[in-house]
Amino acid sequence: MAGYLTRRLGQIVFTILAMSVVIFGITQVLPGNVAYVIAGQFATPDQIAAIETRLGLNDPMWQQFLRWAGAALQGDLGTSMVMSRPVGPLVAEALGRSAQLAGVSFLLVALIGVVVGVVSGVRAGGWFDRVALVVTWLSVAMPQFFIAIVLVLLFSGHLGWLPATGYTPISGGVLNWLSHLILPVATLVVGLFAHVASLQRASMIETLGASYVRAARAKGLSERKVITRHALRNALIPTVTVLTLDLGILMGGIVVVETVFSYPGLGRLMITAVEQKDLPVLQASVLTVTVIYAFANLIADLCYLALDPRLRTGHAGVR
Amino acid sequence: MLASAELRARPRLPLPLVIGSSLLLAILMASLAAPFITAFDFDAMDVTARMKAPDAVHLLGTDEFGRDVLSRTLHGASTSIGLGVAATAFAFAIGVPLGLLGGYMRGRLDDAIMRTVDILVSIPPVMLGLLILASTSPGVWKAALAVGIIYIPILIRLSRSVALSLAQEEFILAARTRGEGLGWILFREILPNALPPLVVETSLRISFAILLGAVFSFLGLGTQPPSSDWGLMIAEARPYLEQAPWIALAPGVALCVTVISINLVGEGLRQFLDVRSQPGA
Repeated sequence: MAGYLTRRLGQIVFTILAMSVVIFGITQVLPGNVAYVIAGQFATPDQIAAIETRLGLNDPMWQQFLRWAGAALQGDLGTSMVMSRPVGPLVAEALGRSAQLAGVSFLLVALIGVVVGVVSGVRAGGWFDRVALVVTWLSVAMPQFFIAIVLVLLFSGHLGWLPATGYTPISGGVLNWLSHLILPVATLVVGLFAHVASLQRASMIETLGASYVRAARAKGLSERKVITRHALRNALIPTVTVLTLDLGILMGGIVVVETVFSYPGLGRLMITAVEQKDLPVLQASVLTVTVIYAFANLIADLCYLALDPRLRTGHAGVR
Repeated sequence: MLASAELRARPRLPLPLVIGSSLLLAILMASLAAPFITAFDFDAMDVTARMKAPDAVHLLGTDEFGRDVLSRTLHGASTSIGLGVAATAFAFAIGVPLGLLGGYMRGRLDDAIMRTVDILVSIPPVMLGLLILASTSPGVWKAALAVGIIYIPILIRLSRSVALSLAQEEFILAARTRGEGLGWILFREILPNALPPLVVETSLRISFAILLGAVFSFLGLGTQPPSSDWGLMIAEARPYLEQAPWIALAPGVALCVTVISINLVGEGLRQFLDVRSQPGA
């Protein structure tokens, strides 16, 4: 177990290192120099040269990389070139807001997905299963930005119940905070729960047909016990995998949803940074997401091990 | 030979395949025949008819520049579907040879390929696309390329697993003994056996690629105006959502129907070719 953890942590360090080189390399070839963005369109060549020197844009690339990576390791992610603010707090603030959005959504996706999947798996072919199937197909086919727009049209435009955009911190009133969170969260949940539900359904049907479930029934256990104690535990294993995959999709979804709802989180920060060619902000936010994603994957694999004792013995080369 | 014999043995086509492919065919035909269906050019503006609700003249209404929404939606079909197909084709052309090569050769080459794949999948999909699209000026071909790169690892893993399981089969050994070259073994001996799962995966990839491409266009990183696709149309329609919801709804519904019909084709192919679904693949 300890060996497995060390190996995975080493893998994560390598991934993050490789990614930081990629992130730095790619952002170096961004079109349109940030100096032009700062100086505005009427800047003279002298002004632009001055800004380039101030920001160190003329140094060799490896020097710029070492400077950036060294500072990043010390927690200094640089200064936003456009907003003239330190990137660290900027990203942390946005990350906090995105985490509220992602956390609530992820919990709901897991909960609703598993419950819908289990119920339709246990009563496969019943009316609930059929309705769930249609909803699943629709949800997989609708891009999140379209779901968002339909929800806005319905609940904000037509019914006028919820605000269409913006964010209020929880200190500004729980109801107010919640009202700004409902539509973005609903968009993410509608777009993502279907994956989980359909997989949970399939694996539930499979485990219910397994011999150990028949054995559990034969020894006279109540149906509830058979389902919760014997079938569900095993049927959850593939779901954990798909939840990890969904985490990646969720992070992409957050970019879209934050753009549509003008929610000031990490995704919106990233898109703004792309538009304004604000390199430090883009580098820091993509790196942050990569680190989070790597550790989320590690946690998912550990859950996997906890659910399936067979994988714990010997080398844990699950993948 | 075998294929036609199997066809005769299983004459019934799965229902999803029939429904899906006819829907898809209808969409493609409508997109190609757009000039005959609508009397309006997709970018012809008409200031006197701005944001007109759907009526007998403009079947799906007009947008903020008085452009016909129906002809724009039909025009957008070719860009959106083309992007999805091109991205998938790119991922297939790079991913499948690499996967077959790695699975067949094993050893250090395989390790190198798989470590690269590990790094690629450790980046959330949209972030990878954002990085690629941020580093160049946006455009529809770059969006297709970004989507394609995101899907390469999936096709590498799938084709590698098939090659891995076939590498020790007798017909491969026989081909090697005959002195066949590497290319022949990979593409003439292994690939045909890998086709059923690859065909199913590819068809599903196309619908995911259309969706992801639409996301990039929606974020302003894909198709650029005055050209259009469904993602960009929806993005441009957002400010007018209250006054003229049909501008956003038409391309959105078109997108959904297209994706559903491709998914139906994929599901039908899965049943027809008897490929076991792979959770999480």
